[in-house]
Amino acid sequence: MADTGFIPKEKWGAFIEGLSTKAQVYVPCLEGDTVLFRPFGKEKTLCFERPANSPPKSVIFPQSDTLFSFTFIKDPDNPQKTEVELKEHLDFPKTIVIGSRPCDAKGFTVYDRPYTETDTPDPYYKGRREKTTIVTMTCNSPSAGCFCTAVGGSPADKEGSDALITEVEKGYFIEALTEKGKEILQGPGVEDGKAYQGDATKKQEAVHSMVKNPFGPKGLGKVSPELFDNDEFWDNAVSKCVSCGACTYLCPTCYCFNITDEQTSDKGERIRTWDGCMYVHFTLEASGHNPRPTKFQRFKNRVGHKFSFYPEKYNGVIACCGCGRCIRYCPMSVDISEIVSNLQGA
Amino acid sequence: MGPEKMKEIITDVLKDVDVVIGYKQGFDKLHATPCFINKAEQIEEIIWSPVCVQNLASFLPSLKAKKVGVVVKGCDSRTIVQYMQEGLIDRSKVVVVGIPCTGVVSVKKVLDKVNHQPIEDVVFEADGAILVKTPAGETKLSLADVSPDKCSTCLYPTPVVYDHLAAEPIKSVKAPEDVYKDVEEFEGKSLEERKVYWEKEFDRCIRCYACRNACPMCVCQDSCIAESRDPHWISQKSNLSEKFMFHMIHSIHLAGRCVECGECERVCPMGIPVNALKKKLNHDMKALYNYEPGVNPEDKPPMYTFSVEEKKIEEHKL
Repeated sequence: MADTGFIPKEKWGAFIEGLSTKAQVYVPCLEGDTVLFRPFGKEKTLCFERPANSPPKSVIFPQSDTLFSFTFIKDPDNPQKTEVELKEHLDFPKTIVIGSRPCDAKGFTVYDRPYTETDTPDPYYKGRREKTTIVTMTCNSPSAGCFCTAVGGSPADKEGSDALITEVEKGYFIEALTEKGKEILQGPGVEDGKAYQGDATKKQEAVHSMVKNPFGPKGLGKVSPELFDNDEFWDNAVSKCVSCGACTYLCPTCYCFNITDEQTSDKGERIRTWDGCMYVHFTLEASGHNPRPTKFQRFKNRVGHKFSFYPEKYNGVIACCGCGRCIRYCPMSVDISEIVSNLQGA
Repeated sequence: MGPEKMKEIITDVLKDVDVVIGYKQGFDKLHATPCFINKAEQIEEIIWSPVCVQNLASFLPSLKAKKVGVVVKGCDSRTIVQYMQEGLIDRSKVVVVGIPCTGVVSVKKVLDKVNHQPIEDVVFEADGAILVKTPAGETKLSLADVSPDKCSTCLYPTPVVYDHLAAEPIKSVKAPEDVYKDVEEFEGKSLEERKVYWEKEFDRCIRCYACRNACPMCVCQDSCIAESRDPHWISQKSNLSEKFMFHMIHSIHLAGRCVECGECERVCPMGIPVNALKKKLNHDMKALYNYEPGVNPEDKPPMYTFSVEEKKIEEHKL
């Protein structure tokens, strides 16, 4: 049995505040009608009632990240001679994310395979990942577009989390899942959780059956190679797509980036910023040739990466956590689960 | 108004065009999604109700090579007029199926009213009431309470251009002087207040470009200055000044061109009220040039013309 704890509702605020004295704490905050992860502050309106509009991916994989800064220094005695001074940015603070959803946490495991579980780990991602504790909140109900259970997840999935919190009648039941998660149990106001384990389990199971399964009772079948390579299928499926990047930027499993040097006069930074395969520039080559000039080719890549190429490379793991954000927030209500469903072979 | 008349019209129109763009139900009853109809059997899927929010006219410039039928509401029809003014479509290759509209829903507003519960059913009653069913129960809403702001001041409920009309025309009962009331009110705030407001709003921007790509008049699309390295006006950094710059460019490119369909604001996944900026510029264009975009096909957008001395611009005072 993993270590457990319980926080009464009235001590919940103090618990988060207490953690924020020991680490940088990110929590879902309400701004207008939008919920997004922000550094904790007493003035913030916390919102755990529904999943945030954007996942907490930027905490570990920032939208723009300075890899290093550079300065060109001229030798005053020999102005022809210029030296470049580099400064690395590899200092990452201890961080706790509270209130991510199981789909959000699972998203980080999708990043881990290419970014840390390789011979050439990414120091920026790895550095932040190791310093970050993911405290996930079990979902009380599914949201529009959610389909986590159809892609191997669940509203109480533990994968990728360091601790799982389930709201029960009088408070929050915490289950520590890793050593980092156990540290959370040392937070202020945490009581013994044993008595609440049963209630929490019941709650978790109840939500599970409420999540829709777009792939039918047999679950997700094999993608039909004939359909996947049929241009007409894609053209019809995404004629309504406007080729913006909302789906990729809100996706907890999309991890593509661009690297640019942003320079003014003699100083600059090499930055890594999110990029998305839905943009025409994503595959634009220096020669001017673009191997994916049409939106259907780009959309095909997005679906292919999540449901075909990634699973082929990583033991069948689907690179979609079913959070439903790409469906919920798509300007044209393009539904990836419907497209994948239609792609299944007979 | 039901979709039956519209289905009849589309059945006819389809005989003469390559594709008709209409609406069908999306992933739940609160969401419609555009459908591209090229076979008669697809016509049964067509819906028309206040969830049909998208501006379908936006697809027209990208389908220039084809003959296209398109379903438009009053607000969306201004897009077609603006395209005509700017030479972006060949009107003879577009068949416009107009719908006199009594208002649509703002999905964000409905979801807020039902605490973001998953939608099980949505029923529109004849008296304008909306019944929204969620696992938490049934909520009765009035369309006026959950309509986007644009509906509350709509002057063009009946399309300004059409070839077929799916119902009897509706006359607007809204006062023209109310259209820019929100802009005037906001302008009453101090510069500092306005700055704080926009900084807070733009801080949420994730530069996904949904506002740009859903905008019917953002015709630069793949050549947008926001992603260009040459010229390099905006860096790829995700900071406030870059986000601010992008939105200013977006707005200014739309001065005297924005048809106020509100798509930019509707599609923003971060809930940023970006339409307000475009309205502000349109308000100025109206004051300076007495021009209203997307109303009369014969008009010339002010930025497409040049007079050495503009009547209402006193250059020496600039």
